Amino acid sequence: MIRYIFKRLVYMIPTLFGMSLIAFLIIQLPPGDYLTSMIASMTQSGQNVDPRQIALLREIYGFDDPIHVQYWKWITGIVTRGDFGHSFEWNRPVSDLIWDRMGGTLTLSIASLLFVWAVSIPIGIYSAVRRHSISDHVFTFFGFLGLAIPNFILALTLMYVSYRFLGQSVGGLYSPEYVGAPMSWGKLLDFLAHLWIPVIVIGTAGTAKLIRILRANLTDELHKPYVVTARAKGLPEYKVVLKYPVRIALNPVVSAIGWVLPELVSGITITAIVLNLPTAGPLLLRALISQDMYLAGSFILLMGVLTLVGMLISDILLALLDPRIRFR
Amino acid sequence: MTAMHSTAQFHDEAGPAVTPLKPTGGREEIAVAGQWTLIWHKFARNKLAVFSAAIIVLLYLIAAFAEFLAPGDPSASRPQYTYAPPQPIGWFVESEDGERRFQPHVKGYTVEVDPASYRRTFVPDDEQIVPIGFFVEGTPYRLWGLFEMNTHLIGALDPTQPMYLLGTDRLGRDLLSRLIYGTRVSMSIGLVGVAMSLVLGIVLGSLSGYYGGWVDTSIQRLIEVVSAMPTIPLWLGLAAAIPLTWSPLQVYFIITLIVSLLGWTGLAREVRGRFFALKTEDFVTAARLDGSRERRLIFRHILPSLTSHILAVVTLAIPTMIIAETALSFLGIGLKPPVVSWGVLLQDAQNIRTVSSAPWLLAWPAGAVVIAVLSFNFFGDGLRDAADPYES
Amino acid sequence: MTEVSAVGEITRVGETAQRPASSDPVLSVEGLSLDFLLRRHILHAVRNVSFTLERGKTLCLVGESGSGKSVTARALMRIVDKPGKITGGKVVLNTDGNPVDVTALPDGSKEILKLRGGKIGLIFQEPMSSLSPVHTIGSQIIEVLRLHRAMSKKEARAETIELLRQVEISNPEEMIDRYTFEFSGGMRQRAMIAMALACDPDILIADEPTTALDVTTQADILGLIKRLQTSRGMALLLITHDLGVVAEVADEVAVMRYGRIVEMGDVDTIFHAPQHPYTKRLLASTVKLEKGRAASQSRPRAETVPILSVRDVTKVYGGAKEWFGKAAFALKAVDSVSFDLHAGENLGIVGESGSGKTTLGRLILRVTEPSEGAIIYRPERGEEVDVRALSKDKLRDFHRQVRLVFQDPFASLNPRMTVKQVIADPLVVSGGMTGKAIEEKVAHLLELVGLDPLAMERYPHAFSGGQRQRIGIARALALDPKIIIADEATSALDGSIRSQILDLLLDIQRQLDLSYIFISHDISTVRYFCDRVAVMHKGKIVELDTAEKICTTPEEAYTKSLISAVPSPDPRNKRMLHRHRFQA
Repeated sequence: MIRYIFKRLVYMIPTLFGMSLIAFLIIQLPPGDYLTSMIASMTQSGQNVDPRQIALLREIYGFDDPIHVQYWKWITGIVTRGDFGHSFEWNRPVSDLIWDRMGGTLTLSIASLLFVWAVSIPIGIYSAVRRHSISDHVFTFFGFLGLAIPNFILALTLMYVSYRFLGQSVGGLYSPEYVGAPMSWGKLLDFLAHLWIPVIVIGTAGTAKLIRILRANLTDELHKPYVVTARAKGLPEYKVVLKYPVRIALNPVVSAIGWVLPELVSGITITAIVLNLPTAGPLLLRALISQDMYLAGSFILLMGVLTLVGMLISDILLALLDPRIRFR
Repeated sequence: MTAMHSTAQFHDEAGPAVTPLKPTGGREEIAVAGQWTLIWHKFARNKLAVFSAAIIVLLYLIAAFAEFLAPGDPSASRPQYTYAPPQPIGWFVESEDGERRFQPHVKGYTVEVDPASYRRTFVPDDEQIVPIGFFVEGTPYRLWGLFEMNTHLIGALDPTQPMYLLGTDRLGRDLLSRLIYGTRVSMSIGLVGVAMSLVLGIVLGSLSGYYGGWVDTSIQRLIEVVSAMPTIPLWLGLAAAIPLTWSPLQVYFIITLIVSLLGWTGLAREVRGRFFALKTEDFVTAARLDGSRERRLIFRHILPSLTSHILAVVTLAIPTMIIAETALSFLGIGLKPPVVSWGVLLQDAQNIRTVSSAPWLLAWPAGAVVIAVLSFNFFGDGLRDAADPYES
Repeated sequence: MTEVSAVGEITRVGETAQRPASSDPVLSVEGLSLDFLLRRHILHAVRNVSFTLERGKTLCLVGESGSGKSVTARALMRIVDKPGKITGGKVVLNTDGNPVDVTALPDGSKEILKLRGGKIGLIFQEPMSSLSPVHTIGSQIIEVLRLHRAMSKKEARAETIELLRQVEISNPEEMIDRYTFEFSGGMRQRAMIAMALACDPDILIADEPTTALDVTTQADILGLIKRLQTSRGMALLLITHDLGVVAEVADEVAVMRYGRIVEMGDVDTIFHAPQHPYTKRLLASTVKLEKGRAASQSRPRAETVPILSVRDVTKVYGGAKEWFGKAAFALKAVDSVSFDLHAGENLGIVGESGSGKTTLGRLILRVTEPSEGAIIYRPERGEEVDVRALSKDKLRDFHRQVRLVFQDPFASLNPRMTVKQVIADPLVVSGGMTGKAIEEKVAHLLELVGLDPLAMERYPHAFSGGQRQRIGIARALALDPKIIIADEATSALDGSIRSQILDLLLDIQRQLDLSYIFISHDISTVRYFCDRVAVMHKGKIVELDTAEKICTTPEEAYTKSLISAVPSPDPRNKRMLHRHRFQA
């Protein structure tokens, strides 16, 4: 088992490397660099630009180095010092800005993932066992609808509905009075009251997909000979289903973290922009529009790392759940 | 149970005992039916998929004849009609002498000013009748850039009078016309994007398969990396790099490219997986032993078995592309006005205040996206289920 | 009891009057009928079936695939899958003097759950998939014990170890915590038996329990079942398609076809005085295989130079350095195999699964590249071709003369091509023939393999398994080959069709100048078909001699154990259960 985890960890290194390359590419992609645009705006507003100061800045940020040297400086900064570069827009180190926001993204990811599982597992099992029943068809219909509605449209619609019919404005994770307040029971309850809309918005598509996968898998498993064996033992039907085929059909649900998590993080980004949640999304969009590339690149890198860690956890869970993987 | 011996009467039955419920016919027809006939039979049984296919065809027809179908110019704004609500069509008018007469029409608007906020709102006015007609003359256009025309499917008989079946936006532009023109951009991005994905997927997939070894490994790792990245942040990152000076057409293509850049991985994986599975099939080995060279093996035996699956996967990839474009444009980082797409339309519905005063700005474009995506999903599912007519 | 179909009534030779009053059937089935409501039709899977089971006795239900025998067995426990429904008849279970009609019990009731596993135990075909892969063997057996016998965890565990010991699993204390994928097929079937017997049932239903196993394992498992049955005094319902197995273990036999029992009686009568034509046919196709090559042409072997010589051919899998620098486990799938094939000869290669026989066939054709050794092909007198040295182009020429017939008639024909295209493919590739000539050739080939030439425009899906195999043979013959390698070419087919295909191959040999390399796990088939037989075990040829010699007086210990494990389809000459065991 330890060997297995170690192997998975080693296997992650090239993927991490690839992700860092993509993030770096995005940082480098916009034409020119931040300094050029800063100089441009300074000259425009009639400020004096000291060429020596510019040269100094260029050297500090290594804008004149060859590209691989720049990458090396950037990545070693992150790995050895936790230094993600400098946010030019905020004029602060990127690392000061990101952790808070990534925390929000992480919280929402976990909450949404739990929601996805809590909803899709019982419905998936029910739909497979009662195939072609009316409720199965209803679930299937809503599943298709859930897949077809993009996150942000769902968010806008829910916002409209609650504004129009419930008379409350949705958005943010806290009511205004709690925003700066220290943690308390009241704040936690307020947080939970705000959490459900984003969680539903973010989780719907994943839930719909997972229901389909679980239904298809369980339908296959229900016809396997070991189910007949379990039945022939004299187990009651619910136990036959829950103990054997469901246990095996859950494997893809667990391994689904691998693709559900990137989708959730992706969904959180856009939903957070619409609902104005304090996660990485809105800040990332702002950074991209103002071409504050170190900040933007760091977010993209960290979101990738987040999903990668999720995959590692799903691999480990899977190995715990299925001895066939453990022994391979 | 000792010496008990029993036999049934000595007649031979030819097959299992069966009571037919439906007439089974056309055995001979099935026997000589090729792959595509069988796929079609299987597909046609899925009514929902057939219906969705019809919707998709309809959407592409709308896209093709946008100029004719749209009542007006999508960018023509009339500031006097901002946020005008949709007008329902009436079919009969009653003249003063109480006589009913067939005349399609919409109601005009009167302006009400909210005394508290001084906001102007439009209300349909039953007194004002705007007669409308079919195949009316209106704004001139060039259909497909070729034919000078000015006939529109529907429009106000007097072009100066307002006819906004789906309402107007912030600048008083006709939402129906914009939606129809948006169909062209949004639906074609799906198609072009998927075509690019397919090319990328096939090129990289065959490189992977042909060279094998480290090329295969690194392409597989690339796929892994790309599919592990959350897509929207990555799209945002790439789209943000588009220079503001680029022309709408350039932006259109680069957005399609970005969208397909991340869509090819699933395709490549599917194709590669099926390809490797087929390579070890008995009938492919048999063909090799028959003396077929690699080329013949691939083109005569492997590819015909793949095409239906590829088609299904491609269809299922289109909705993702449509959603991607919509999301990017919605965030203001993809297509930008004056280009009209569903995403650009939704951009107008970004804040809750607009949505609550003009809900049609959210409802219609969002509805269009959902219908398109749903249709592609149902159609693609139907195709996928029918793709292999030989599995029992 | 209503007759479902109008196709004939069962006439019993000696109706109820003759039933002995003394015996007390533990289970009696009376007029059982079962329908499957399908989309297009109702399938009457079981029609008016009656039989009885008695303590200590074995009833064999025999029939080809689709005859309804498995469904019948499952109906006794009420575990028929969804669209299936019992439409008539009674299943009376009488274990303790209180007869119960199983068909009358409500679905999912306590009584049904109690009899499943408690009174009736079930083992069935797929030892690979009939146990849960994610639970240990022990936990699956303990579950039954705790369910029916209300044991504590500790007691149940001790009892499970005892059960595993009884089914002859060595080192049961350790094996109890293993998972199924750590077990071999035979071991899994033993564990399955332990589970079925855990609660000391009165009836054991064994549904094709050994079909997926090798002959030697089959003999062991059947022996075990038989011993346990005797010691526990259970009634055994054995379902099989293999008449050899029936002859070895049955007391009474019921022959099923298309959902009804066409003939029932004691085993000796069924085998030696069958009444129904179907039973006769079934026996005829089996006995023929057993008798040895009827039309063995002991042709004079004038040519001393063999047409194909295989020398020290070896295939090693793995063995390369692994990731962490540890050398991976190397497997010799084929280990210095040598043999000669003479013109016009049929050489059989038999072995159990994993013996390397299929790999050997592929090595000769270089579908898989041999690691070592030489393959010499002599198409004409004096001409020698070193197959391993052939270039890609020359190898194609070789493939024209040495052809392969596949095991699976469904996977080996491209479903997207018409029969004409399939058969003509080798002709088109080799070129030099007009479309018309090709069509004539295809028509001729179809006639040769006993199919209607008019069917050439059809697609493979319009043909049955046996017909498809004929198409495969026609394709192999298209280029006038010298040698045909038939890799388990008949093992996917039902008994009667199998013998037709074998006769077809022999018939073609008489018309054309051909040699066969016939690879099979089925010794009786090989005996019927081949002049000489090579016995493979763990990648090596352990014995190579004439078919007669191998099958009657083998020399090597392994061959002896293999031959003695083959069930004999004659109840007067049981062999398998007193067999010669081989310790490798």
